[in-house]
Amino acid sequence: MSGVFSSVLMLLGAAFMLVAAIGVFRMPDLLTRMHASTKAGALGGGLLLLAVAVHFGELGITSRAVAGVAFVILTAPVAAHMIGRAAYLTGVPLWEGTIVDELRERYSTRSRTPNPGTTQD
Amino acid sequence: MTIFLWNILLALAWLALTGVFTPGNLVVGFGLSYVILRFAQYAIGPSPYFGKVFDVIRFILFFLYELIASSLRVAHDVLTPTHYMRPGVIAIPLEIESDEEITLVANLISLTPGTLSLDVSADRRTLYIHAMYVDEEDIDAFRQKIKRFERKVLEVTR
Repeated sequence: MSGVFSSVLMLLGAAFMLVAAIGVFRMPDLLTRMHASTKAGALGGGLLLLAVAVHFGELGITSRAVAGVAFVILTAPVAAHMIGRAAYLTGVPLWEGTIVDELRERYSTRSRTPNPGTTQD
Repeated sequence: MTIFLWNILLALAWLALTGVFTPGNLVVGFGLSYVILRFAQYAIGPSPYFGKVFDVIRFILFFLYELIASSLRVAHDVLTPTHYMRPGVIAIPLEIESDEEITLVANLISLTPGTLSLDVSADRRTLYIHAMYVDEEDIDAFRQKIKRFERKVLEVTR
């Protein structure tokens, strides 16, 4: 029973990883690529670790898997935010299908320098 | 917080006494010690902790649902030939003020597929997020959706 369960988890995890890889290839601009790679990648990695934990069913391995998932969940959004923000501030162009950009007016030329009065820390 | 530590300590005691060191048994021990501490409430005085446990569990379930639902949405857009997405950078007014809560909300937003937090204004009143699915006629509806999310985080942290 746990064999079937861990196989399903493993296949799901691998499928999410595959979707993430195809997403990096297919999405039109950097920010949408970040959506595909970080989230689907983190979820896929989490499912794979969960599959390992279910397969072995031992405390030592389960605790390591849980710690692994916890660290992925802690670090993935921070990395995604830092890359996304750096890209936006250095003026990486957005996809032409982008319908609204409410951050643009805060930065005069979409360059490294913010408008006066809206400085970052 | 102290009661939470007691809860964990009692769960570990349960593990030691039963001698079955499995994750499942840890959950059983946690549940049993929760019930015991709940009865001990009459002696140690009421604490918001007892309700908080269920709030946290409910929030985790809600977040897992969001995670899976939006993952499938992004996956669908990746795998089908046409792009259904309407991306945009949206300003979200924030109610929360402390650094910890802003970090938590921003990270949870980043973790959900389809939304990515980009920047917080210097006065900490506004969070700028990049979203993949924005309704062009009704940007406020999207803003409300994120505000609901923020309110759910507040229920847990306060």
